[in-house]
Amino acid sequence: MSDELTARRFSAMAEPHLDAAYNLARWLTRNPHDADDVVQEAYLRAFRFFDGFRGGDGRAWLLTIVRNTCYTWMKENRRGETQLEYDEADGSLQGEEAAELPLHNADPQSLLLRAADGERIEAALKRLPIEFREILVLRELEEMSYKDIAVIADLPIGTVMSRLSRARTQLRRILEKME
Amino acid sequence: MMMHCKTARPLLTAYGDSELDLPLTVALEAHLSECPDCTQALQAQRSLSRTVRGHAPYFRMQDDLRARLQASLPIEVRGANNPALPTAPAATPRTRRNQEMTRWLMPLAAALVLGVGVNQFTALNGADDSLADELVASHIRSLQVGHLDDVASTDQHTVKPWFAGKLDYTLPVHDLATAGFPLSGGRLDYVDKRDVAALDYRRRQHVINVFVWPSQHESDGKLGAQICDTYNVEHWRMNGLEWWAVSDLNRTELHDFAELLQKAEYTAPVNAKPPTAPPIS
Ligand SMILES: [Zn+2]
Repeated sequence: MSDELTARRFSAMAEPHLDAAYNLARWLTRNPHDADDVVQEAYLRAFRFFDGFRGGDGRAWLLTIVRNTCYTWMKENRRGETQLEYDEADGSLQGEEAAELPLHNADPQSLLLRAADGERIEAALKRLPIEFREILVLRELEEMSYKDIAVIADLPIGTVMSRLSRARTQLRRILEKME
Repeated sequence: MMMHCKTARPLLTAYGDSELDLPLTVALEAHLSECPDCTQALQAQRSLSRTVRGHAPYFRMQDDLRARLQASLPIEVRGANNPALPTAPAATPRTRRNQEMTRWLMPLAAALVLGVGVNQFTALNGADDSLADELVASHIRSLQVGHLDDVASTDQHTVKPWFAGKLDYTLPVHDLATAGFPLSGGRLDYVDKRDVAALDYRRRQHVINVFVWPSQHESDGKLGAQICDTYNVEHWRMNGLEWWAVSDLNRTELHDFAELLQKAEYTAPVNAKPPTAPPIS
């Protein structure tokens, strides 16, 4: 197949997912210029690897590359930001109940009212550690399944679940503190 | 044996995300029906999800970056009218603020999911299974550039006449834009060895294909929902027609969509009913 035909096929595959690619890069880097750089690099990297794309879910495939490019980029440009702040290597639910149980004290309606403000939500999400931020973006903004998130973030499905649970708990705490 | 809060609480995350398997779902729903604390924790989780979905900014790619990406590929530009050149999709409405208008759907969805012992997601039977596979394949094919719509219009009064003369049955076309599922167009497709109508509806970035053709069966009814190769499928039979909805949209919202379409069809004027379906050989 000619290079040009490959490029056209790649462009057609990637086109519907460019917003998702940019949105993820923007949330991970928290900065429009860096997101631009990361997406451009990821796009070319994806094109180079396009031979390895066997069809299927183009969005998950592209987002995996965007995510990996983000992490590589941040390791080079912002040391320290990509280190996990929480020990969750085993992906077990140990300690989850402790984190979850106080939830019933929070009145969901009042939280909703206080938080009903885009800037406040954005600020709260930006304060989350990157591994919590990415999983919430993939789940809540891209509406991805646990299975796809597991592929993109390279995690066991059990860890996707426990990390989502922790991410939501922590986001709630941040929102409550922002009063 | 009743589930305890200690067991129930860690399951709420997956349950609220519709990711819990059926046996655990049944057990958890039994617990939720008797435990206000866990029910409230679930509602808190749902309200947080809705808040993020409804209010967090979604950063779309700017056109200049799109152009730069396109220009970085080894594609010779031969003018804007080159049909082989993939173009940006026509303005797809993608503001999360649109969700505000359809907030009223949420209590309905929550009630459905919380419904004790109710499992609205029945599995399809074997014959329908292979048909569902075929429809999912058709859905995926339709997402390729330029394949989705033969007639692209958000106006039911444009889409419906387009099908006249192309089908041997009358196709009802309903507008669900006010409920947050705008019509986007339609095309002629080929499924189960016959020409069928495919209507294209949207929900945020998701495409919903609705396939409609005359039924060989008398009785109306909801025939099931399933997940097929990560796509959600809803099947029902109404007014002498088979209806299938296929999408990568989450199953709760696709179910809401199916119910809205059924409601619209129930309340449609009688003359929208198809003429007697011709015999299918
Ligand atoms: Zn309980």
